[in-house]
Amino acid sequence: MTVLVQQGDFDPAGILDGFGQGAGAIVTFTGLVRDLPDQTLRQLVIEHYPAMTEIALATIESRARSRWKLTDCLILHRFGAMAPGERIMMVATAAPHRKDAFEAAAFLMDYLKSRAPFWKKEITDQGERWVDSRSEDEAALDRWA
Amino acid sequence: MTTIDVLYFAWLRERIGVPRETLRTDAPTVADLIRELTAREERYALAFSDLGAIRAAVDQNLVELDAPLADASEVAFFPPMTGG
Repeated sequence: MTVLVQQGDFDPAGILDGFGQGAGAIVTFTGLVRDLPDQTLRQLVIEHYPAMTEIALATIESRARSRWKLTDCLILHRFGAMAPGERIMMVATAAPHRKDAFEAAAFLMDYLKSRAPFWKKEITDQGERWVDSRSEDEAALDRWA
Repeated sequence: MTTIDVLYFAWLRERIGVPRETLRTDAPTVADLIRELTAREERYALAFSDLGAIRAAVDQNLVELDAPLADASEVAFFPPMTGG
């Protein structure tokens, strides 16, 4: 069970080395900085609340472990400045069966979107703007209620 | 009066102009603290003008705005989170 908050890039293969040994299923998700449809993105800058971030991620991870039968679980989230195409974060879940691994990974992603203290700012060739939260992301939590 | 550290993140930090400050307050709840702040200066009133866009944490735990401050030592204000 691992929670990592870091500024630098990460190597998904290296992080998964030895992860979930003995599990029947491992699900991983990696989030990347995507290009914008209407402007040229220069950088994505992620601010966070250091004293709260690890507490919030550990709480989310612990809720996933109490709800699904997981043998291993990992959350990694970066902060700081990133270029388009760079990796932002990843989650990994390991379970005896794929259903638990898939559902737990989706749960972790939904909670990371709107319950972990990160804020994204887009720096484009036309200026900068804070990314608005999306009502769909908030609504996505309802399915886990 | 108790002493409390108040932290601001993202556009709240930019609008208020500081990332953190230490205040003396008697505010019983988070919402009362917001009312005290907005009465102080225009930049606070502007930052807190839409309470629907404000989230708060007391001692690093996410709370509703009507939550008590009790013996809190740190309160943080920020917009809805955009992680993932």
